Amino acid sequence: MEQFFQQLLNGIAWGGIYALVALGYTMVYGVLRLINFAHGEVYMVGAMTGYYVAHALSLGREPSLAGLVVVLLAAMGACALLGATIERVAYRPLRGAGRLAPLITAIGVSLLLQNAGQLVFGADPKFFPPLLASRESFRVGALAVSNIQLTVITTVVVLMAGLQLIVNRTRFGRAMRAVSMDAPAAALMGVPVDRVISGTFVLGSVLAAAAGILVGLSNPKIDPLMGLLPGLKAFVAAVLGGIGSIPGAMAGGLLLGIVETLVSGYLSSTYRDAIAFVILIAILLYRPTGLFGTA
Amino acid sequence: MRRAAFLAIAAVALLALAELALPQVLNRYYATIGVRILVAVLAATSLQLVNGFTGQFSIGHAGFMAVGAYASAALSVYLGAGWLEALQSVLPQPLARLAYFPLPLLAGGLAASLAGLVVGVPSLRLRGDYLAIATLGFGEIIRIAILNVDAVGGARGFALSAPAGVDLRYEGLGMIGAVVVLSLLVMARLVYAPGGLAFRAVREDEIAAEAMGIPTTRVKVEAFVVASFFAGVAGALFAHAEGYVHTNSFTFVRSFELVAFVVLGGLGSFTGAAIAAAGLTAAPELLRGLGEWRMILYSVLIIATMILRPQGLLGSRELSLARLRRRPGTAAAGAG
Repeated sequence: MEQFFQQLLNGIAWGGIYALVALGYTMVYGVLRLINFAHGEVYMVGAMTGYYVAHALSLGREPSLAGLVVVLLAAMGACALLGATIERVAYRPLRGAGRLAPLITAIGVSLLLQNAGQLVFGADPKFFPPLLASRESFRVGALAVSNIQLTVITTVVVLMAGLQLIVNRTRFGRAMRAVSMDAPAAALMGVPVDRVISGTFVLGSVLAAAAGILVGLSNPKIDPLMGLLPGLKAFVAAVLGGIGSIPGAMAGGLLLGIVETLVSGYLSSTYRDAIAFVILIAILLYRPTGLFGTA
Repeated sequence: MRRAAFLAIAAVALLALAELALPQVLNRYYATIGVRILVAVLAATSLQLVNGFTGQFSIGHAGFMAVGAYASAALSVYLGAGWLEALQSVLPQPLARLAYFPLPLLAGGLAASLAGLVVGVPSLRLRGDYLAIATLGFGEIIRIAILNVDAVGGARGFALSAPAGVDLRYEGLGMIGAVVVLSLLVMARLVYAPGGLAFRAVREDEIAAEAMGIPTTRVKVEAFVVASFFAGVAGALFAHAEGYVHTNSFTFVRSFELVAFVVLGGLGSFTGAAIAAAGLTAAPELLRGLGEWRMILYSVLIIATMILRPQGLLGSRELSLARLRRRPGTAAAGAG
């Protein structure tokens, strides 16, 4: 039983990371009806930026929370810039050209970032510097919570609360919700649609950058292709929750992380990658709009 | 009709010539690229049937290639090697091989079309993005399932090994070309025959098509099954040309690539998809001189083409000899 709770805890930490990436997919889908296949690569760039910043400031030598915050902010800044650039260069020229053309440029950008990543960062895996010395934070009964898990979960919760605040309580959030409901009508009401879309990419990329750093903390091997499969699964998580729905992406990410961890813990890790898709299809067939989606 | 027959005979003669002459003049590197181009052309045009002509969006096509590749490879390794040996004892070797190789191709196609039926019936109830995502999921599930079957090598991959004197590999560009051309003709007949209007009707307006008495679900499943069949044939060609298959050749990345060929070529154009597939399969090889930069240039090429021609290279038109003759200047660029 205690092993079950330990796995559940691992699953929640892992699912939180999926959820952060899934949020980027779902928000972009909300405003553009575009599956942004390049989003997984933004997450990779986040992890890579963290790696280089941590090395440049030699933060790996004496682990501290302040160092982690610096790395997080640096990665978020870099990815915000990257996200806005991708949108400006690859998607904005195709606004109004139907929905398939931007899908293909998204695939192109994803390929570009993977290959540019291999050229710039090198194709071999790197080891993310230990920004926190791993130790046990506290115990609940037999359940040990490590400081890394605690940091991951806290960061995820803080970021999600921040996002909720932005989406529900600010002018930008209201504009974003308006564009996602009906972009032409929002434009008629004076909402600067292009700026809102750009802002949505920035917001999504910031969350993906944070996910990249958190993965580096808990699973330190990073490489230029690391965004491929987690990116796809985060997208699956977004669909599970109902694509376009922000609470849906959070729930879908958590669900996927927990189920994957339990499957690799109790069944077999070879089926771990398939389970995401099996759940996906089961949910699509019985509830085609996802858990929280509207038709 | 007589003209068509003449053209068919001419094509067969040309391909027979290619089968005999190409190995003499082409080195193996070019021959391998040739095979890959033909496989990509067949896979992309079959996907065009679903995505371009029927208006359903599938992004898991590589899964059906995998089924075709593995089913045909398993047939060849476990049964076919014996049959081929028996054939070779009564026929001269080249003839025996020519008689045997259509068999695994057909088997691969049938296995893939069965998978297409199993996947298509439940998924085609879904629409738009949800259908796309379900096909993506099925594609990955198929791949991971194959990865866990030990009889076909599992994670080690599956080599088409055979007893001495029997070679299960087939790289003859002539026959592979003939298979691809024939498949293309079949698909084009299917779509451009009067009955084929049903596909395009479903694409243009499903509700209107339904109202006109078109069994839309059946038409969609039909397109899906036929497309899976030819994807399976493409997979089988690939498996037998390479002599080794691994599930890594059929990941969702491969599926995305096929979708890119279809959209870049122009939705609803077989020739467009074929040109895009051939061009983009050849491009990384042609760019090899650039070293590490080639894949970067390749991805930039995809992005730039899409931005410059959002409707795809040929739009929804076909490139045909008649069109070339009518408008000598403009048709070649697809702007006719």
